[in-house]
Amino acid sequence: MKVRLKVFAAAKEIVGLGYVDLELTDGARVCDLKTALVQCVPELRALVGRSAFAIDQRYASDSDAISEACEVAMIPPVSGG
Amino acid sequence: MTGTYGLVERAIRHCQILETVLVETMISIVTEKLDTQKLLESVSSPKSGASVLFVGTTRQFTGQRETTFLSYECYREMAIVKLQELCDRAQEKWPIEKCGIVHRIGEVAIEEASVAVAVSSPHREEAFQAAEWLMERLKQEVPIWKKEHGVDGGQHWVHEGSVIEPQGGSA
Repeated sequence: MKVRLKVFAAAKEIVGLGYVDLELTDGARVCDLKTALVQCVPELRALVGRSAFAIDQRYASDSDAISEACEVAMIPPVSGG
Repeated sequence: MTGTYGLVERAIRHCQILETVLVETMISIVTEKLDTQKLLESVSSPKSGASVLFVGTTRQFTGQRETTFLSYECYREMAIVKLQELCDRAQEKWPIEKCGIVHRIGEVAIEEASVAVAVSSPHREEAFQAAEWLMERLKQEVPIWKKEHGVDGGQHWVHEGSVIEPQGGSA
């Protein structure tokens, strides 16, 4: 399945775009998405390790499953306020 | 007649219940200057004896480092959901009347406000506590990012802090 991962802040600057298109196997989980992301954009490795991920605007854990219809996002450590 | 009276009474009671449930909460993310007065007015309530307004502004010096301005970026859809969720959780934790949060994104000059939190409650203690808690949680959970622009022309994203656990924690 194809997934368009939203990226923000430093991740967005590294990618040069607000998203990364990834090809994942059906039934992939957040941990698989992270692996695919680092393979696709190796420069993100350090930041991926410090970031949270969200599925449909909710923080997700590594074991959460992703489907093609999901909105997925990489959330680097936040710094609002 | 008693039947009609009963209906009217029930209707009034229903409206009262709706009033308590539908406490409007001002949640917004804006690009222009924050209207802190409007936020403060939004938490006004005859049941309140205290309103707390916290305003976070751009600081020029952090130790030896001089900032010229800050810029903010957000994941808008999720940030709105999280801000609303924080207000709901604050309402569950304290007997507060109303609360609201506004955050500015884009460039924010020195002394200008980037964030404002307002809380009203019957007594001041709960309003102070809830406002502080809302700011703490906002800084930990809401997908908004700050970039510091220094006098030397340097710039960097502020990505300190720990990884957020799923469910956003309940501390």
